[in-house]
Parts: sequence; C-alpha cells; structure tokens
Amino acid sequence: MLLAGLATGGIYALVAVGFVLLWQTSQTINFAQGEFVMLPAFFVLAAMKFGGLSFPMAMLAGFAVSLLVLGLLFKRLVVDPVICHGVLPLVISTIALAILMKEGVKEFYAADAQPFPAAWATTNLQVAGMVVSVQNLVIIAVAVLAVAALQYFLGSTRTGRRMQATAQNPALARVLGIPVGRMVLYTFLINAGLVALASFLVSPIYLAKFTNGETLGLVAFVAAIVGGFNQVRGAIAGGLLLGVVDNFVAAYLSAQYRAAIPLFLLIAVILLRPQGLLGRAEERTV
Amino acid sequence: MKPKSGTDHVFLFPSMIRGKRGLSLIFALIAVALLIGAPFGLKPYGIYLLSLWAVMTIAAIGLNLTLGYAGQISLAQASFVGIGAYTAALLTTQGWPLGAAFALAALLCFVIGWLLGYPALRVAHHYLAFVTLSFATLVFLILRNEEWLTRGVYGISGIPRPAPLGWSTKAPQDFYFFCLGVLALASIAAWWLLRSPWGRAFTALRENPIRASSLGIDTRRYTLMAFAIGSALGGVAGVLYAPLVQFIEPTAFTLGLSFNLLLMVIVGGAGRFFGPFLGAAVSVLLPEWLRFSEGLYLMLYAIFVMVLLAFFPSGLLGMAERLRASWPRSSKSAS
Amino acid sequence: MMKSFIAVGLALGAAAASAQQTVNMPIVIELSGAGAVSGTNFRDGAVLAIEEINAKGGILKRRINAPQADTQSNPGISRAQVQKAIDGDPYVILGPVFSGSVKANMVLAQQAEVPQIVGAEAAEITQAGNPYIFRTSFGQQMSMPKIANYLRDGLKARTVAVLWVNNDFGKGGRDTFVKEMAARNIKVVSDVSTESGQMDFAADVVKLKGANADAIFVYTNEEESARFLREARKQGIDKPLIGETTLLGQKVIDMAGPAANGARGHVGLSADAPVPAVLAFKEKFSKRFGYVPDHNGIKGYTGVYAVRYATEKIGRFDRKLLARTLHGLTIKPEEEPGILMETTWDNNGDIDRISFLAEVVEGKQKIVQTLPKLGGGK
Repeated sequence: MLLAGLATGGIYALVAVGFVLLWQTSQTINFAQGEFVMLPAFFVLAAMKFGGLSFPMAMLAGFAVSLLVLGLLFKRLVVDPVICHGVLPLVISTIALAILMKEGVKEFYAADAQPFPAAWATTNLQVAGMVVSVQNLVIIAVAVLAVAALQYFLGSTRTGRRMQATAQNPALARVLGIPVGRMVLYTFLINAGLVALASFLVSPIYLAKFTNGETLGLVAFVAAIVGGFNQVRGAIAGGLLLGVVDNFVAAYLSAQYRAAIPLFLLIAVILLRPQGLLGRAEERTV
Repeated sequence: MKPKSGTDHVFLFPSMIRGKRGLSLIFALIAVALLIGAPFGLKPYGIYLLSLWAVMTIAAIGLNLTLGYAGQISLAQASFVGIGAYTAALLTTQGWPLGAAFALAALLCFVIGWLLGYPALRVAHHYLAFVTLSFATLVFLILRNEEWLTRGVYGISGIPRPAPLGWSTKAPQDFYFFCLGVLALASIAAWWLLRSPWGRAFTALRENPIRASSLGIDTRRYTLMAFAIGSALGGVAGVLYAPLVQFIEPTAFTLGLSFNLLLMVIVGGAGRFFGPFLGAAVSVLLPEWLRFSEGLYLMLYAIFVMVLLAFFPSGLLGMAERLRASWPRSSKSAS
Repeated sequence: MMKSFIAVGLALGAAAASAQQTVNMPIVIELSGAGAVSGTNFRDGAVLAIEEINAKGGILKRRINAPQADTQSNPGISRAQVQKAIDGDPYVILGPVFSGSVKANMVLAQQAEVPQIVGAEAAEITQAGNPYIFRTSFGQQMSMPKIANYLRDGLKARTVAVLWVNNDFGKGGRDTFVKEMAARNIKVVSDVSTESGQMDFAADVVKLKGANADAIFVYTNEEESARFLREARKQGIDKPLIGETTLLGQKVIDMAGPAANGARGHVGLSADAPVPAVLAFKEKFSKRFGYVPDHNGIKGYTGVYAVRYATEKIGRFDRKLLARTLHGLTIKPEEEPGILMETTWDNNGDIDRISFLAEVVEGKQKIVQTLPKLGGGK
C-alpha cells in the first residue's frame, strides 16, 4: 500500500518538479502541465501507428518530439509572445493550450483510451509475504533516479548552477554574463523531459487518454505549493506526500472524498506555513 | 470632463470617450432593441441560447469583477453557479419563490467567497487560483456525495419556472424576458458598484497594488470584497440557470464551466464593462457557428484565445479600443 | 446574433423543402467526453441500419434523414440538443446512451410527444411514467436479478463486494444490485465507490482484497473497468470478478489485455452471441467502420429497425400511434431481420430478450450459457 502511494507520489513529484522549475525560472505558471504529461504517450503511439516504428524506437522518437514541442515550441510560440503582457494572460494562455492539446488528441488520434505498452515486466513479486508489483518498483526507481540526476545537475555542474542563479535573480545573472535566455530555455527542455518520462511511466497503467491530464495537473500544482514552490526539493516532498496520503485516504477513509485531499492539504499549508513545507519564506520584491 | 490620463482605464463606458457619445448611445439602443425583439423570430432552441447567454453574462460579470478589476484568477465561478443553482432547485421544488433563492444564494456565495479568499489572499496573488481550483473539486464532490441534500448523481429534476407577481414564465419567450430583466438588474448593480468609491479603489488596486497600499487602501480587503461580490453574482446566475434547464446535476458545475467563464471574460475584454456581454455571446454562439467543424471548434477557439492574448491581451473590446484610438484626428472635431 | 437568425431561417427553409421525401430521425448522442465510446458505437450501429434501410428505399418510401448532435456527455448540453432536434420536427429521436443525459432531456421529448429510443440502462428511466421512452437494452431492474441469480446459484456466493462508478449509471446499478443481494441473503461486505474517469485503482483493490468476499461485482464504465482489471491483476486478486455486459465487452478486453481473462458475468447484448444474425451484424459493422462493435452498436442498429418495423406495420408516420404500437409489441427476426433477436417491449418501454452468461477467455468473450426471456418465447 505504501509502495503504491510512493509510486503514485513519484509520478506527482516528477510533474511537480518540472512545474516548479518553470515557475521559478521564468514566472511561467503552466496550467497545461497535466496535459504535458498526457501528450508524450500519444507521440509514441502515433510513431508506432503511423511511422511504423518499433516500441523502443518510438519511445526515443516520442521523447525527442516532446522535447521539441513541449520545450522549445512551447517557449517560443506560447510563452514568449504573451509573457510580456504579464503573468495573468500567460496563465490564461496555458489554460487555452491545455484545451487545445486535449481536443487535438481527441480529434486527431482517438477519443477512447489506448493501451500503452510497458517497458518492463508487468509481473508481481512475493516479498516478505506481500505481493509487490514490479511496476511500482520501477516507477519509484526511475523517478528517484531522474530527480537525483536533476539535483546533481543543478547543484554540481556549471550549467546547473547558472540556471539556479538565473532563477534566483535574473537581472543579476545577466550582469554576471550568464546567457539568461538560454538558461530559461534549458528549464523548458528539462520540464519537457520530466513530463515525457512521467508519461511513459504512467500510461501503461492508466492507459493513454486525452483526459489524463486533468487530475495530474491539479495534483502537480498542489504538490508544488504544499511542498514549497521555491525549492525543487519541496516539489518532490509535496508530490510524494500527496501520493501516499491520497492512497491511504482512499483505502482507509472515504473514497468519495479522496479528490478533496489536495484542497485540504493546500488550505492547511497556506494557513499554517505559507511558504510550503520545505520552502523558504519569500519576500515581496518591490 | 476629466482629461484622459494614464490610469483612466477606469471609465470604460464608451460615452466617456470624447466625441463618441452620440454614436455609443445609438449603439446601445440598437443592442437593447435587438435583445428585446430577438425571440420573436426564433424557435425554442434559439430562445434557449439567448437565455443561456443572459445567464452566463451575469456569471461573467461577476468573474470580471474578480479578474478584470481586482486582477485575481478565480477558477471556482462555476462552483458558485452550482451553489446558486442547487439553492434555487431545492427551494423552488419545495414551493418557495425564486426571490428567496436569489437572496439566499447571493448571501451564501458572498460568505463562502469571503471565507475562501481570506486565507488565500493572505499569502500572495497567484494562490487564489489554486485555492479556487481545489475548491471547485471539493464543491463538486459535496454536490455529488451528499445525496441526502442534493440527490447526488441523480440530480434534481422538475424545477419549476418562476411566476413573479403572477406572470408565468413557462413559455420560452417569457422566461427569456425574465432572464433579460435579471441581467439588466445585475448590470445596473455592477455599474453602480464600479462608479462608487469602492469601485474606483478596485481599479486602483489592479493598476498598481503597491501605490494603492501606500495610499492607505487595504489592498487585501478590497480584493476580498471583489472576489466575494463576484462569487455572489455567480450564485445569482446559478439561481437563474436552474429554472432554465429544469434539471440539474453535479457534472454541469465543474472546472470545464469555470474555464469557459474565464475565457468569456478574457475574450470579451477583462476589466471592460461590456466585456462579459461580448465574451458570453462568443462562447454561447461560437459552437453554433462552428458546428460545421464539429470537434474542431474547441481547438479553433483555444487557438483564437492564445493568439488574442499574444496581441490583444485586453480582449476583443481592448482591440476595438485600440483600433478606435488609432483613427485619425478628424473624429475629435466631432465634439 | 444576426447570423443565427439567418442560419435558423435557412435551416427552416431546407427542412420544409425536404420534408416531402424524407423522414427526420435525429441522433442525439455522446460523441465526446466520458460517453464517447458508447455513444460512437450506438451512432455507428444506427447509421449502419439507416444506410441499409435507405438503400432499400427507406421507410414507407421515405429516406431517413438523421442529423447528429453531440451531447458531449453533458446532460445540460444534451437537453439543449434535444430541444434543437425537436425544433426540427422529428419523427423519433435516437439516443442518448448516457442515463444522466436521458433523464435530463426525456421530459422535453415527452412534452413534445416524440418517441425517444435510448440506449440508457438506469432503472429510473422507465419508472417515470413516460409513454414515449423506449429502451434498446435491459434496464438495470432486469439485468441485476439475473446477475444475482448467477451469484447465488452458479457461484454459490455467500458474500460479495461491489465496486461501482459514482455516476447515475453506476449508482443506479449498485442500488439495484444491493437490493437483489439482500433479497437473496447474500451479504455485501465491501462497497467501493470510484470516480468516473478514475485512473488509479490501487487503493480500491487493496480494500477489496481486505474484504475477502466470495465474489467481486464490478460495475463501472469501459475505461475504468479496464484500468481496474489491470490493477487487480497487478495486485494478484484471485476471487472471481463478475460484471454486467460492460466488463466483458470487447473494448474493455482490448484495453485491459491479458488482465481481462477470467472475468465473468451476465451479458445482455453481445456482438459475440451465438446467434447467427448477430455475428453477421458484427461482420458488416466491422467491415463498414473498421472496428469491432460493442453492445451499444447493437442497440443503435436494432433501435432503428424497430422503428421501421413498427412504422410499416401502422402504415403511416404517426408519432403517438408509433408509441402506442411499440408498447407490448414483439418483433421476431423472421419478420424483421434487423431486430437480430426476438425482442418484446412492455408498457413502460422496457425490453425483454434472451441474454447470456459469458466469460473472457484468451482475449475473447465466450458465451457460456444462454438465458431465456423473462416472459417466455425464443
């Protein structure tokens, strides 16, 4: 049970981390984040169906296309033209983008759920008398690896540290000679990569469907805030927490109100510790 | 007449723009005439669409207060519409008059809006968006799970049409005029609110929150009021929605409708008084016009919104203003 | 607004012009949203029937004209679409499939005295005293007793767990099911509600495992069924999973893959029924649309043919008379091949037909037993 919660939480964490990165670096609140997770799976399916590629090749192709579309194109076509008008229009724009992506998949691919092949065995193990699902283990492993890699990249490589500098103070970063535009682009690409990964992990279980993004998006937002939106670690913590709590509540408390858990956590955090569980208190910059 | 200064986006009623008074008045009269005359040439479905437009406009006016004037994103407007609708349904199926529902729903939504906004606005601007997002889910769950009150998924059917002062509104046309009446009242109320000292403070907030607070205006209190009033208007719209469709159930009041309302306000022109009217018209009529494209119309609408935001973030009315402002000087001599 | 004026005017003109040679049977159906799968199947089945009938000259020499409207699985929108359909002076209205939508809009059709042929299964629909509503498949009040009997006699279950989707379809089914269980002294030890569109069933499966019932009754929509089956397989549930038509449908089997094997249950309508007419229909459908139909396709197909048969029987287009004729009517496949299996409608619009017990074996639905009509007959 805990394992399942951690697995779900791992997915949430991946999505929340990307979301937080975007927010931190470029003031982009991406309301389409959930749909970003929905889409890569369809790139893969399309590659297999229309391109005739084998599954592994299709995964690579799907990953690459995701980076391109959800990273580069998203930044150039959607974010850049609108962000000069402020954060509010950008938020609305991403809401419209989410609708566009959903309808696009529905129209051009299929309205019903599609089976998505798993890249690993769908068997079960018997560990200490409990049935443990290999899928859950793989998800946790991959999520942990991805986040660890990201942390390493951000903390220990030159580019990573430059990205952090850009996030904390873009004006100063520019003065220091850091190519801010490029750093921002990297965050978009990283987000695209993270959501693609989440997509490949989650679609075999949930089936690929155009509505997949709705719940995932909501949870990602709440995870980011609950964990502390100005720290990547916060997003991870938030995601894991939500995943575990969601599963436990559904199993032992009320299944009917399970979807309200994010709200309660959110209100609680806002009232008691507004910077999030792991976040730093932020000052308003005048 | 006050000279046009930078922060004078406040006075958006066209008559305030020099030299255009006559033209705008004629425009307004034509619009009102059309609205009154329209149902006589239409079949019940067309009249239904018009009534729906009126209802949506009321909700959009409310959201415009929150979004366009106070600058906050609310994703729970549909939930307030839902609360209003259920209040009306529960009361009128028990024999209470619709007026009671209006009063109760407006009060309820105002209070809930206040309670909801209070913690959220304590922190930072963008938090209200997420809080309302989660609240929307909660309201849906309550509407669905608490069967003893709302009949849950089975919904409430047989909602009667009101009969204010003995005038029965069962016929589509009659109910449409009722909706139009309520819309007129709501518009006048909103208009009056915006022209009052309260309203001017709202707009000061939007333009420059820091300057406003330095002037001693309690930013948070005004934003909260805007959100609460906007939510109350959502409730009013809901009260009208219930007798329109005569059967309600929880799935009508989810995020989808909230997004729809949001887009209405944005497309029409956030912060413009007539923005909601235009936006609601676009949203209600677009599916009909684009019916030939079947599934594509939502995509086209989304693309349209994204492009609009990139070039005209103030919506269609903002676009109209800019175009009008760029007309040559000759128009000024008309005053 | 002017544009809609003109549009309405044109539509009126066009309708008037074509009224002489056609009969109007609009299809108001779920083509998007949660009901897209069922709705599309229903629509395609109806369209197949309409094309066949028109190829042979139509009904009483009039071609069928069937404009389609998408309810988007939203009851409010479905109501508006039915209103629009009624404005166009229809003979009958086909659809919707979703119970919630039907309940929202059937009052309109009733007031306009237009017969409505629906694919919905919620029990309430035929209990509201509407003389114009007609089903194309079993209502829950017919199917649940059959399942209950199977549980009691076939599986000899003493305890049962029920997993259901929290919308009016699922809740109606669950309420009826629980009633039937009580009547047979079978204890419901676990009652798990799930969301429409739910993706994660881990917690629900844990609950079910904990309850340790003799059998688990699964009553959700297509995709959720598939996801649930996968999760159940993942966590190693070993108790029998019993369903009602949906769980054993081809779509669910496709989506769930090997996790679907072993699922059993009652199937009111099946494209795999050992009835030659049904199998032939499946062939035609697959060839025409490129996918295998589910039971909703049969609903749409037989619904249209029922209207044709009854209309030809009366000899003219009379909506009220049609409704009266359908009540108590039995249509045999010998007289109307399009009906596929002998069907009887009662005075509430409910249907009586043979049905089947089935099991999913190696990715295919296998009929294990045929159950007779409740009212006798073939």
